[in-house]
Amino acid sequence: MDFAAIVLIQVLYAIASLALISVGLAIIFGMMKVINFAHGEFLMLGGYAVILPVQAGVNLWIAMLIIAPLAVGLFGMIVERVIIRPLYGRVIETVLATWGLSLFLIGAASEIFGYFQEGTSPPLGSIAIGAYREGVYTFFVIFIAAAVMAGVYLFLKRTRFGLVALGTMQNPDMAAALGVDTGKVYALTFGLGAALTGLAGAVLAPISGVVPIIGITYIAKAFITVICGGAMALSGTAAASVLFGTVNQVVTFLSTPIIGEVALLVAAIILLRLLPAGITGRFFRSGL
Amino acid sequence: MRSRAEILGLAALGLGGLALLFGLPHVVEIFALVDITVFVILSTLALSLALVWGFGGILCFGQSAFFGLGGYAYAIAVLNMGESTVPVLLGILLPMLFAALLGYFMFWGRVSDVYLAVITLTVSLIFFHLVNSTSGPEYRIGSAPLGGANGIPGVPQINVPGDPGRQLGFDEMFQLAMAVLLLTYFGLRWLLASHFGRVVVSIRENELRAELLGYDARRYKLAVFVIGAGIAGVAGVLFANWGSFIGPNVFSIFFTAQIIIWIMVGGLGTLGGAVIGTVIIQFLTTWLGETKIADTNLVLGVIFVLFVLLVPNGLQPMLRDLFGGWAARRAVARTGKGAP
Repeated sequence: MDFAAIVLIQVLYAIASLALISVGLAIIFGMMKVINFAHGEFLMLGGYAVILPVQAGVNLWIAMLIIAPLAVGLFGMIVERVIIRPLYGRVIETVLATWGLSLFLIGAASEIFGYFQEGTSPPLGSIAIGAYREGVYTFFVIFIAAAVMAGVYLFLKRTRFGLVALGTMQNPDMAAALGVDTGKVYALTFGLGAALTGLAGAVLAPISGVVPIIGITYIAKAFITVICGGAMALSGTAAASVLFGTVNQVVTFLSTPIIGEVALLVAAIILLRLLPAGITGRFFRSGL
Repeated sequence: MRSRAEILGLAALGLGGLALLFGLPHVVEIFALVDITVFVILSTLALSLALVWGFGGILCFGQSAFFGLGGYAYAIAVLNMGESTVPVLLGILLPMLFAALLGYFMFWGRVSDVYLAVITLTVSLIFFHLVNSTSGPEYRIGSAPLGGANGIPGVPQINVPGDPGRQLGFDEMFQLAMAVLLLTYFGLRWLLASHFGRVVVSIRENELRAELLGYDARRYKLAVFVIGAGIAGVAGVLFANWGSFIGPNVFSIFFTAQIIIWIMVGGLGTLGGAVIGTVIIQFLTTWLGETKIADTNLVLGVIFVLFVLLVPNGLQPMLRDLFGGWAARRAVARTGKGAP
C-alpha cells in the first residue's frame, strides 16, 4: 500500500516535470511552429538564475519564482528580436539558428561559470509515507506544474492578450487583418514561453543541480513531448506528459532510469508513426 | 548535357584528388598525414548528409546515428572475428538496414520537416543513452565489451582481405580514406546526374508535383536515406579504424550538430561545399582545442548563427563565383543554371 503510494507519487512527479519542462517550448511551437533548439539552455539559464542569487544571499523562493522567470523571459525577448525575427516564416532556418544559439550558450556558460556543478539542496525536508520517506519538494514540483498549466489556461482564455494570442495562433493573417500587431504578439509569446522555461529550470535546479550542459539531458524529452502533443499547446502538452511520464516512470521502476528514458523516446516515435500530427491532431481538437 | 567547363572541372578535381591520394604520403610527415586522414573521413560523412539533406530534402538531424552504428558494428565484429572484410561490410549494411526500417517508418507515415528532424535526432540520442549505460562487464557482444561511456578501445585495423596479419599502415589508411572520399564524391555526382537523381531533386523541389507525375516520393526518399546511411556507415568504419577507437560521443548532440554546421558553412545543396565546410570547421575546432583561445561550442555556435542569418547559401557558391567566375558565368549563360 505504501509502496503503491510512492509509485503513484513518482509517476505524478514524472508527469509534472515533463509538463513543466515542455510547456514553454509548446507555447512557442504552437504560436510560431518553430522548435526552439536553445530550449535546454533556457532551462540551464533558469537554473543559474536561481542558484547564483541564492549563493549571493537572496531568498530561494524569490529567486525561483520571480528572478528566474523574469531574467529568462527578458533574455527570450532579446533572442526573438535578434535571431528569430529576421528569419520569420522560415521554419528550418529558425530551428538551425536556435541550435547555433544553443551551442553558443553552452560555450558561454562553460567560460563564465565553469564546468563544475552548482547546486543548492532541495528545501522543505521530507515526510514519512508508511515505511518510506518522500521529499516535500516533490509535491511542490507537482503543485507548480499544475499551477503553471492552470495559469496558462486562464491567461489564454480570460485575458485580452491571451485571446489575441490564441487568435494569432489559429490564423495569423486574419489576426493581422483585424488590426493585431502580430510581430508584438510573437515577441511577447516568445518571452512568455521563455519565462515559463526559466521557471521550470529554476524549480528543477535544486533537484538536479546546474552545469552548462544540463540542458541536453532535458531537450530530447521536451522536444518529443511537444511534437507528440501536436498543435494544441496546452492540452497537447498535458496529454503527452501524462502518457510519456507514465511510460517513463513505470519502465524505470521495472528496470533502470536510462531504460525508462529510452522507453519514453521509443514510445514517442511509434506514436508519431500512428499520429503524424500529434495527439491533438486527432483527439482533443477543441482543446487549447 | 554537361558543359565543357563542367567536364574540365570534374577532370581537374579527379586528377587533383588522385595526386593527393598518391602524392601526399610522400610529402607530409606521418603525424600530419594522420590528422589529414580524419578530415578526409569526416568529409565522407559530410557528403552523406549533403546528399540526404541537400538533394533529398530530408532534414535528418541524426546522421551521426548511422555513422556511429557503422563504427560500432565494425568494432564489435572485428573484435570477434579478427579478420576485417566481413566487419567492414557489416559496418555498411547495418546502418543501411536500420535506415530502411526507420525510413519506412517515417516516410510511409508522411512525417516531414521539423518532425522528421526531431525524430532522427531523438534516435541518435537514444543510442547515446543506451551505449552510455553499457559500462558493466556484463554488456558484451561475443567477446567485445561495449564499454559504456568509455567506448571500445583497441579496435583492430582493416587488413588486406583474407590476410589478417597484414594490417594497413598510416599511409595506406590515408589512401583508403581518400579513395573512399573520391569514389563517394564522383559516385554521388553520377547518381545525381542520373534519372534517379533528377527525380530525387524534383521531389525536394515539389513533392506533390512529382507524385502527380507518377513518382512515388516515399520510395525515392527511402532510397536516398538508405544510400546516405551506407555512406555514413563507411565513414564510421574508417573512423573506428583511424583512432582504433569508437565511443558513444559519436551519437551525442554536439557531434550531430557539427555535421549540420559543416553543411551550412560549405553550402546546402552542394557536394563540394560539404567537403570545404568540413575541412574549415575541423581545422578550426582542432586549433581551438590546442590553443584554448575560446570555448569550441561558443565559437561554433556563433559561426552557426551567423551563417544561417548572413550566409545562408554557404561558402561554396561564393568561392565558385570568386574562382570559377568566367567558367560558371559561361555555363549559366549557356544552360540557364549553375553547376551543381
